[in-house]
Amino acid sequence: MDSLHKRLEQEAESAGYHLNADVQFTKGLVKSLLVNERRYGYWACPCRLASGDKQEDLDIICPCDYRDPDLNDYDACYCALYVSEAARKGEKTVGSIPERRPPPAERQQRAQRQPGGMFGLSLPIWRCKVCGYLCAREQPPEVCPICKSKRDRFERFIEAART
Amino acid sequence: MTAVHIPGKKSGHIMLFALSTCGWCQKTKKLLDDLGVEYYYEYVDHLHGDERERAIQEVAGWNPSGTFPTLVINGERCIVGYKDGEIREALSVA
Repeated sequence: MDSLHKRLEQEAESAGYHLNADVQFTKGLVKSLLVNERRYGYWACPCRLASGDKQEDLDIICPCDYRDPDLNDYDACYCALYVSEAARKGEKTVGSIPERRPPPAERQQRAQRQPGGMFGLSLPIWRCKVCGYLCAREQPPEVCPICKSKRDRFERFIEAART
Repeated sequence: MTAVHIPGKKSGHIMLFALSTCGWCQKTKKLLDDLGVEYYYEYVDHLHGDERERAIQEVAGWNPSGTFPTLVINGERCIVGYKDGEIREALSVA
């Protein structure tokens, strides 16, 4: 658990993110990630009730799809594992924040929405749902070069033109 | 349901729906412990099948977003999230 905490800290800092400086609180969350890994097989968000179905839980695998907007708006992610630089330095305090993840019915609707192929691109554009990294290639990268999320966290963002 | 009972000072009926893995849920539970009040809690992530569904439905009845922690006081007031001041204030008048 200590080594994972250290690893996450290093990865976060090298990518421009910050872990919560409250080490006791943060280590509790790291421990919970390991509990969820054992329970579900993946790092389900400790502060959300996972369904156990990976496909359904993809958006709440840590780091979740909602981390970056929450950092922008509240200086912390939903669990407060990740915080803004200001919060890390103690210039801002973080507290429990509202849930941004849409309710199940809305999530389903969004999943069914198809992007349009209006730009005449030769390749589709893939977007990392965690950090927003974009790339134009046949398939998304195995691991996001920016935030290290796995391939299944990418969405087809802009469709290539049909030839 | 098999909510865990924590004995203490009577301050109304306090029911905490929580996740065992959630930092804010742990903070809420610790606040109740520190206040020394009697309360019940349920770790919804520990429940399975029908029991889990029932708990989720009950939480959704109080808090449509279905998030944790959800604290229900006297079956009439609900506090969502770890809100130190709000919880203290609610329990002092409960």
